[in-house]
Amino acid sequence: MEQAAYKPGEHPDLPPPSDTVGPIAWVRANLLSSPTNIVLTVLSIWFLYEIIPATLDWAFLDAAFTGESRDECRAKAGGACWAFIGERFNLFTYGFYPADERWRIDLAFVLLCVALLPVLWDRCPLRKYGLYFACAFPFVAGWLLLGGFGLTPVDTDEFGGFMLTLVIGITGITFSLPIGIILALGRQSDMLIVRVFSIWFIEFFRGVPLITLLFVASTMLNYFLPTGTTFDLLLRVLIMVTLFASAYMAEVIRGGLQALPRGQYEAADSMGLKYWTSMRLIILPQALKISIPGIVNTFIGLYKDTTLVIIIGLLDPLGVGRSSLADTKWTGLSNEMYLFVAIFFFISCFGMSRYSLYLEKKLATGHER
Amino acid sequence: MNETADKSNDNPEKEIVIVIRKMHKWYGQFHVLKDINLNVERGEKIVICGPSGSGKSTLIRCINRLEEHQDGEIIVDGTELTNDLKNVELVRREVGMVFQHFNLFPHLTVLDNCTLAPIWVRKEPREEAEATAMEYLERVKIPDQANKFPGQLSGGQQQRVAIARSLCMKPRVMLFDEPTSALDPEMIKEVLDVMIELANVGMTMLCVTHEMGFAKTVADRVIFMDEGEIIEQNKPHDFFDSPQHDRTKLFLSQILNH
Repeated sequence: MEQAAYKPGEHPDLPPPSDTVGPIAWVRANLLSSPTNIVLTVLSIWFLYEIIPATLDWAFLDAAFTGESRDECRAKAGGACWAFIGERFNLFTYGFYPADERWRIDLAFVLLCVALLPVLWDRCPLRKYGLYFACAFPFVAGWLLLGGFGLTPVDTDEFGGFMLTLVIGITGITFSLPIGIILALGRQSDMLIVRVFSIWFIEFFRGVPLITLLFVASTMLNYFLPTGTTFDLLLRVLIMVTLFASAYMAEVIRGGLQALPRGQYEAADSMGLKYWTSMRLIILPQALKISIPGIVNTFIGLYKDTTLVIIIGLLDPLGVGRSSLADTKWTGLSNEMYLFVAIFFFISCFGMSRYSLYLEKKLATGHER
Repeated sequence: MNETADKSNDNPEKEIVIVIRKMHKWYGQFHVLKDINLNVERGEKIVICGPSGSGKSTLIRCINRLEEHQDGEIIVDGTELTNDLKNVELVRREVGMVFQHFNLFPHLTVLDNCTLAPIWVRKEPREEAEATAMEYLERVKIPDQANKFPGQLSGGQQQRVAIARSLCMKPRVMLFDEPTSALDPEMIKEVLDVMIELANVGMTMLCVTHEMGFAKTVADRVIFMDEGEIIEQNKPHDFFDSPQHDRTKLFLSQILNH
């Protein structure tokens, strides 16, 4: 028998063999581990070789960045005509908001960033005051965007573009989370009326397409409401979008609530904690943490669904884009328009997704039973 | 109250903390607890044993109303358990409970686990609650883990935190629901040691456990349950040496000779 290198109990920790670590080992293990794998690697490289240069060519190298019309672009270069986006950029951003008042949107956006910072980042300096400001922000932003009290009033049909997307998206996100939590708790309630109401609310709003809700908001409400009462179309859309997202949110959170072991509820009960205290301090923090991926999923879905408002005549970025394409100067540039809008949505949604990963990591106390 | 005390309480001077009279409980049609009568004196240590499914956990869970009973009465420290939430909350403040699976709150540190109820139920100021918590963590010998999360501790340490967490509410009665059943063998002792110490300082304890060694050293009374009934109760010495009932004999022979 071979002589053991160390006596029992004296074996030191040794490094792993050198051919199992480092970049070469990684390539071997991940790209070239089997004949199929080698074929797939070669195919992927060929595919990228075909795609990337052509895309770069179209988007940058052979693209026209200046010009007064599509024909001018075409005369300069064979690729994308970004001059179109450049000329319409303000329209894409602000919709038909009066040009002199656009600083109000810029200011609201800056304040939004200031308000989000303490909400999203728990080590933000002066966080407490930041959170107060975040609570006040919706009113400040509403005042800035709508006017009144010293500012020129602006009608909501002049809202449009990315600004409209942000208004609907952020309002929906902010209100759907708390409403969703209440509905999820209501669905588990011992009180019959609360439970039945929650279930029917959720099932109704989940069971109908958002488009029909938007139609109801834009046309049918007029039949139901007493004649003479009008309230703003955008406000109705906001309410519908929020309720729609809340129903989804409630189900996501219910999943989190059910994933908690019964013992957590029992431990809280056995200590004599009141219902709302134990929900707030023990159950919801854990349930929401479990639900983060689903919650963010719902947020992203809601955010992208804002493009549906085009159907009832609100001019979101796609609406602005399509009306711009109708201009004879720029006709036929739909690739550029859709790509531009897609990039905007991608950046926002990718940001949300990354933030949720960061949050999950931060909240992992890592060691759930 | 003394006249209702059952015969094992031969000293009428002693204060009765828990009175259970003609208590029945059903799960749907299933009759889990049948005609339970039990008085617990202040400072008494009771061990409840019996085969699985005999209703012993359900019984102690009725005492802080984690389970509802349908007939009879349970009076804890002068408060009767009814549907009145006020009474339930009152009882739960005075009764601590330790679970088989610890049920620590994984998103809070050990210290926060211990201070949560004193701060929110007893409305103690945070500093005071933290001082008390550290005192009890010291007593269960893990003050150095105070700022860790439960998931970073071993099972035995978690259970000791759970005991400390209950003690922080300064309960008058402690309920233990199989506190060592989910532990690795080498960790059982550290938890039992804490429980023995607690018994020695005079805590009123009701303990569902299969640790017969613990029953012999600590218990004032051992209760044997089967199929929802209290079959037999006696001082540990008599209980183990001369069991009266056939079912008790069978049970003891099964758990002691393996």
